[in-house]
Amino acid sequence: MTDGATVPTVTHVSGRGVPIRGDDIDTDQILPARFLKETTFEAMGEYAFHDQRRDDDGAIHGDHPLDRHPDGEVLVVNDNFGCGSSREHAPQALQRWGVDGIVGESFAEIFHDNCTSLGIPVATAPHDTIARLQEYVEANPETVVELDVENERVSYDDTVVEVTISDSMREALVEGRWDTTELLRSNMESVERVHESLSPTQR
Amino acid sequence: MSERTLYDKVWDRHRVATLPNGQDQLFVSLHLIHEVTSPQAFSMLSERGLDVAYPDRTVAVADHIAPTTVEGRERPLADETAETMLATIEENVAAAGITYYGLDSSEQGITHVVAPELGLTQPGMVVACGDSHTATHGALGAIGIGIGTSQIRDVFASGCIAAEKRAVRRVDLEGDVDEWVSAKDLMLRLLADLGVDGGVGFVYEYGGSAVERLDVEERLALCNMSIEGGARSGYVEPDETTVEYLRGREHVPHGEAFEALAEDWLSFASDDDAVYDDHVTVDVDGLAPMVTWGTNPGQAVEITEPVPDPATLPPGDREAAADAIDHVGVTPGESMQGTPVDVAFIGTCTNGRVSDFERAARVLEGRTVHPDVRALAVPGSQRVKRELEASGVADVFVDAGWEWRESGCSLCIGMNGDVIYDDELCVSASNRNYVGRQGSKQGRTVLASPATVAAAAVEGELVDVREVVG
Ligand code: SF4
Repeated sequence: MTDGATVPTVTHVSGRGVPIRGDDIDTDQILPARFLKETTFEAMGEYAFHDQRRDDDGAIHGDHPLDRHPDGEVLVVNDNFGCGSSREHAPQALQRWGVDGIVGESFAEIFHDNCTSLGIPVATAPHDTIARLQEYVEANPETVVELDVENERVSYDDTVVEVTISDSMREALVEGRWDTTELLRSNMESVERVHESLSPTQR
Repeated sequence: MSERTLYDKVWDRHRVATLPNGQDQLFVSLHLIHEVTSPQAFSMLSERGLDVAYPDRTVAVADHIAPTTVEGRERPLADETAETMLATIEENVAAAGITYYGLDSSEQGITHVVAPELGLTQPGMVVACGDSHTATHGALGAIGIGIGTSQIRDVFASGCIAAEKRAVRRVDLEGDVDEWVSAKDLMLRLLADLGVDGGVGFVYEYGGSAVERLDVEERLALCNMSIEGGARSGYVEPDETTVEYLRGREHVPHGEAFEALAEDWLSFASDDDAVYDDHVTVDVDGLAPMVTWGTNPGQAVEITEPVPDPATLPPGDREAAADAIDHVGVTPGESMQGTPVDVAFIGTCTNGRVSDFERAARVLEGRTVHPDVRALAVPGSQRVKRELEASGVADVFVDAGWEWRESGCSLCIGMNGDVIYDDELCVSASNRNYVGRQGSKQGRTVLASPATVAAAAVEGELVDVREVVG
């Protein structure tokens, strides 16, 4: 995006579901640390859940949910998803693999904020709601899961469930204000006042 | 909402505005960057034709991919991607006019070790870094916030981040502990009690009798692992211990200017009538050294306690516990003592400071590393390394059979070529035991204090360090 370009709004996303089961799925599982060595995000999509998707000899074994649902766009996850490191590479990898939204029991905070910065909505729902959705998309992989960001709802076939999206994320996505750089730069005079009031760090 | 806590005071001093989405615009008084998470942010910045707004508040280091042998540090680095990373950060900092402690600098080291020891981190600051262990800086009464790449771009472009204020939980650790029980053990106890997501939505203010006694290096280890408990930031209120730690350091003023600044620092401590959102007290009286038995830092027990039977855990934790037990190969109902160890590692932003190595050296004095163990000592910074070499601590390590290395993140994350192999078990003074973290999918990591790591290196198995020295 270049300076002054408008930021798209994200009011809803939809696509086939991918159930990724398990609590505390950390960023090292989502994007193993050795791929952090690349200085651009370009190739990250290939590395999503790299180690879990491959045998010891490096071949994709096909049992991982990403490979069982290769056209999936909405991840359905459990508790504390994205815990661990601050690497934006993790949501970048998921987005570049094709993920447009994530529904889960709960998310680690930095991961949540990184998703906001990338325009990926993440919504939470109680354990049972998530478990039913995971079972459903497992059994019906063709089903389109729709995440309505504005109204905090997920619908699939005949079912509609309430979900929660944090106020700040919902606002940012719906209003097209998830690119914070422009927002922050519009206050540079006030920034300078705060800067002046603080003691210098380097002497 | 909390009132009159350190967190509130620091927040108020740095708040620029309230943004339309309800978040606050927060000025960053110190922005630390490293070679892994900054290059993408620099490119986003230049794509927009923007410059770094406050280069004088930005400090860069090379740490994650830093080779830890003298030969390995020769340029170009043998690992091409690592060489590209270094070349990229060098170009970026030169163009932006940012102070950089690179591989050939005598101040090179891990960001969270370097900034406190140079006095760059000071009480009352907002410290941001593209690294989840930024909470470390809270040990000095600052608010450390780990950020992602887009937020790094925000700080470059505006000196600020958009952030939401968290709830403040006062965490009191109360009781007397043995001299061989360190901040690392206290923290592992806390993680085991509150869980790895217990702190989500909170900032932790650590206090209580067991914390007040800790020196600043121990407080750094404590705050470092806040993120392992789900808390984005954690801090200890500044006191005389903090002021004395900072006196005379490179980036603090001297003489009267220092005294005036120190008074300002102390004023950030939470008021007596501060209001907290939550309060937890953990009894640590008589705590034994802790070790992890699983694959997250909250799966930890005292070395004298048995590994739990998953069936006795809360339903939501059982499956993960069973998988972890299977991966690490431990036995529920039995203690971790006697578990054979292949690798021992002391270092990192958690436990790579002078006092960590000094305490381990007291265990190693007159003893040697078990023949089946590979032992790696990686100081957290070149300054730490120099001090330990001057005081003779380095010799104790070398004489005991340890590899004594140049500084960097090393085996904490395995990005620089220092890794474990196959299903090796590494007893490690680092902060994360996630599967694959140390470079091998089958590898196993047991988190422990430096003293416990040293004792295990000598015995070739996990032991109660108090028995080794006793
Ligand atoms: S030592 Fe480990 S945890 Fe600390 S900054 Fe380096 S990689 Fe991260």
